[in-house]
Amino acid sequence: MKERSYHLLTSSPPLLHPYRRRASRNAQLTGLAFAAPWIVGFIVFFAYPVIASAYYSLCSFDAIRPPRFIGFENYRRMFTEDDLFWKSLWNTLYMVVAGLPVGLAASLGIALLLNRKVKGMTVYRTIYYLPSITPVVATSILWLWLLNPEMGLINIALGKMHLMQPGWLTDPAWAKAALILMGLWGAGGGMVIYLAALQDVPESLTEAAALDGAGKLQQFRHVTLPMLSPVILFNLIMGLIGSFQYFTQAYVMTSGGPQDSTMFYALHLFNRAFLDFRMGYASAMAWVLFLVTLVCALLVFKTSARWVYYAGEGR
Amino acid sequence: MSRRRWLAALDALLSHGVLIAIGLLFFLPFYWLVATALKPDAQVFAMPPVWAPHPPQWRNFPRALTYVPFGLYTINTLRICALNVLGTVLACSLVAYSLAKVRWKGREWVFWSMLATMILPGQVTMVPTFTIFRSLHWIGTILPLVVPPFFGNAFSIFLLRQFFMTIPDELSDAARIDGCSDLGIYTRLILPLSKPALATVGLFAFIGSWNDFLGPLLYLNDERSYTLSIGLQCFVSQHGAEWSMLSAASAVMTVPIIIIFFLAQRTFIQGITLTGIKG
Repeated sequence: MKERSYHLLTSSPPLLHPYRRRASRNAQLTGLAFAAPWIVGFIVFFAYPVIASAYYSLCSFDAIRPPRFIGFENYRRMFTEDDLFWKSLWNTLYMVVAGLPVGLAASLGIALLLNRKVKGMTVYRTIYYLPSITPVVATSILWLWLLNPEMGLINIALGKMHLMQPGWLTDPAWAKAALILMGLWGAGGGMVIYLAALQDVPESLTEAAALDGAGKLQQFRHVTLPMLSPVILFNLIMGLIGSFQYFTQAYVMTSGGPQDSTMFYALHLFNRAFLDFRMGYASAMAWVLFLVTLVCALLVFKTSARWVYYAGEGR
Repeated sequence: MSRRRWLAALDALLSHGVLIAIGLLFFLPFYWLVATALKPDAQVFAMPPVWAPHPPQWRNFPRALTYVPFGLYTINTLRICALNVLGTVLACSLVAYSLAKVRWKGREWVFWSMLATMILPGQVTMVPTFTIFRSLHWIGTILPLVVPPFFGNAFSIFLLRQFFMTIPDELSDAARIDGCSDLGIYTRLILPLSKPALATVGLFAFIGSWNDFLGPLLYLNDERSYTLSIGLQCFVSQHGAEWSMLSAASAVMTVPIIIIFFLAQRTFIQGITLTGIKG
């Protein structure tokens, strides 16, 4: 495309050459100049911190005195002496294994619902989406109130229906479930991405399936779901990364309690770094977090070849 | 024919029924927030619950907002938001231009570096970043919260790059041949054509910094420089049982986001669908 437009304007090919070569040398400088903010930021706020963090993880470091090299002592302590490490890892995995699929399914369900052609859809979409952009601190306060075991709206409603009224955030057995429930309220965030993908599913495909005698359920199972699978993978990976870093809600609502049942990995890490000033230990924890996330993401990618369908590669 | 129309009407009715039922579940917490905020203390804990506060206690709002200096927190938050929006839009559009419109070696490298920042947990860089800012004596100032946006973020750069790619190269090539520099193409061609995408990125930056909790928690230690999210969190620890006041304060923090969403709804939804996952 580019070549042709030059060609039309210069008309004689020999002229094209020197012009293009000069342009490409300029382009190198221009590209670099325009990308400079990112490159500088990447070095200062990413590359250096990553290297420093790897080093700190091998040090005893309280952020006041210079770091003191202690080898793999932080990692040894983490795995053998820190019960809270295992507890917080377990709690976090619970959110990943139980909370994430529920949230993804809810987002998808809502998207399917909102993809119907009925009047007033914008209003519905807005209502379903708003909770996901509500400030987390405000959401947390609101849900503290809703989940209140005696006075909260949720238990009042459950009582009306003569159902069990859990202690939610006051009961170690229910605290994580309470946070997952609260997370469902924000399922609209993932919904938007599904919705965009749903609108890209060609109607001709579902219609063809219908002509072949496929019922609604079969159309969904064999046409819509495969078409959505790349987006499901995207949401799954992003959700995985996010769930492993679950922090603010626990910090505001429970501070990790009751009985450490909501002591998540990122909260434990934050407390070690900024409550105890064990910055080296916290850095070591961060690297373990990265490795665990990476392994999970890679596992997902490995299996994705089997269930993700890419229509017309390189669209 | 009439039977088909009947079925269609039934289908629409059923859809609306389900949409309204679930929609109510999503809306109810918002209603409850505002209702609680307007209740006299006696009605907050009343059994059965009071659905419509009578009479509505509008003075709960000024009460909650003067208990802690929410006006000051709002100004602090807005200042941080404004700088975040400015920095993000400026830096991300520059970088996105170099990725979308300039052919140069190293683009690949920039691309991979962006992916890396998205995948690595923020916790890994948290401690060294903190020590960098401490050695600059920036702790307790808003600088750690407003300077990094001026270096861009991967998410917004991706979004803008995707948008810039949809602008035909013929346009910029023609401008170049007319003697326009890249800076000229960027300011006079690409930016004016990309207003919706820029608005989306600005919006995300605004909401992101308005809602940000960890950043202010780490870097703001003076009560007078608190943002709304930190101020609200302190409010919880000080007035844990005063639900009407807590609700009023939470509502006040939420309302601007809802207003902004309504004003920019179109841009918003378009922007999210543009986030580069459909490349």
